[in-house]
Amino acid sequence: MNQAAESDLVERLLDGEHRALARVITKIESRAPGYRDIISDIHSHTGHASVVGVTGSPGAGKSTLVDKLAKFYRDRGETVGVIAVDPSSPYTGGAVLGDRIRMASNVGDMDVFFRSMSARGQLGGLSTATSDAVKALDAFGKDRIIIETVGAGQNEVDVVKTADTVVVLVQPGSGDDVQMLKAGILEIGDVFVVNKADMAGASRTVAELEEMIHLRDDPRANLDTGHHGHDAFDDDHGSETDTDGTDEATDADSEPPSWTPQVVETVATQGEGIETLVDTLDDHYTYLTDSGELDEKARQRAAEEIRQLLRSDVGELLERELDAQGGVDDFAAAVVEKETDPYAVTEEVLEPLRDCLGDRDD
Amino acid sequence: MSADSEQQTIRCLIAKVGLDGHDRGAHVISRAFRDAGFEVIYSGLHRAPDEIIQATVQEDVNVLGISILSGAHNTLVPKVMDGLEEYGALDDTLVIVGGIIPEEDRPGLLEEGVDAIFGPGTPMQETIDFVKENAPERT
Repeated sequence: MNQAAESDLVERLLDGEHRALARVITKIESRAPGYRDIISDIHSHTGHASVVGVTGSPGAGKSTLVDKLAKFYRDRGETVGVIAVDPSSPYTGGAVLGDRIRMASNVGDMDVFFRSMSARGQLGGLSTATSDAVKALDAFGKDRIIIETVGAGQNEVDVVKTADTVVVLVQPGSGDDVQMLKAGILEIGDVFVVNKADMAGASRTVAELEEMIHLRDDPRANLDTGHHGHDAFDDDHGSETDTDGTDEATDADSEPPSWTPQVVETVATQGEGIETLVDTLDDHYTYLTDSGELDEKARQRAAEEIRQLLRSDVGELLERELDAQGGVDDFAAAVVEKETDPYAVTEEVLEPLRDCLGDRDD
Repeated sequence: MSADSEQQTIRCLIAKVGLDGHDRGAHVISRAFRDAGFEVIYSGLHRAPDEIIQATVQEDVNVLGISILSGAHNTLVPKVMDGLEEYGALDDTLVIVGGIIPEEDRPGLLEEGVDAIFGPGTPMQETIDFVKENAPERT
């Protein structure tokens, strides 16, 4: 596609043409020629939407919850974009993207733009593709963007981290699941949702989650998670958990607001608890804005994007250099034959690059 | 794998439209398409034409496969085709229909813009090959 067609596409996207938005996301997904120019063009039009990431184990009810969330926002008059990421087969590259099935509340409502994406085996590229797709939705003018992904591994964690607010879904009675989540996903959740709260064991799961949240808190943070984050901090600051011993009256105003992860119970299929969840999400967004963390997050994201792009571009350059020097197969054979070793090969391949950069490592 | 190695993957929407509860065929074809390396989005049962249109437009699929065994194809398929046209998605979407379509209804559907009709007993590979050869590219 030529330059003119690309800027035409961008123009149509900014004009609110659904088909153009869909095509831009396709280009982002497939790394089609010229997709970078498109991102560059729309970048200045982004930054208006709030982004929520939803993750959790398969069957926890993510899609259903996202559907109800989208419905709630739509009823408030806001427009919604959803990106649902599903895994793809590492063998064939094929995938069945099934999240759309649950989007029953927003039938025929074009102002909910729902897009399924597969991982396509991209090494670390998935988070880049997702955040680019979020930009497209943002530039299109969506007020709320929801990223939904199975919380299966580092890839997904990276994806969800591109959101402003991270929601982690947990099912009741999944004590072992929670244990498993401890190390990875539990650390990134701003809001925890115990879905299917009408099931037996829900209150126990809530209690376990709250206990875990306390454990990871810093000592000054509030031990009572029954309230919303920064309100709770202001109300109860200076209680027995306050270790610095300063006067609470003056301290409450001068301390930057903090956020304690909240636990919300929902029954997504019935729409129960959705309003509380939305309130909590709004509270978190307010906290992000007030504390300046929103800007800080944006900067971190931008830094990560730059690094990611640099890594992949440099990787490509090196791949070409490797080919120019005879290809990886010959080197690999030589390493196996003990004629050389991996470090020496790396050194050899990198030498021209080091020369160019004037590297003075030695 | 670098960020710019282009990855063209055929995306398909397998859609069940109308009051038709027979989805074995749709499941089988979804699975076969997945194993052929396609990305398959399955609509679920009992979808209205509007939902199919919305999904086709938003997902920017190369291929829309409509599975219909209820006999309502002459009513439902034209509605889907009209909607696709409205959103400018008709020209670059390959539309195939599977299921029970009587011989005498086929010319009418093809005239509506359906690209191919695959009845019962069609070898899976034939459908896959047809899609691979005819799926419009996204460039």
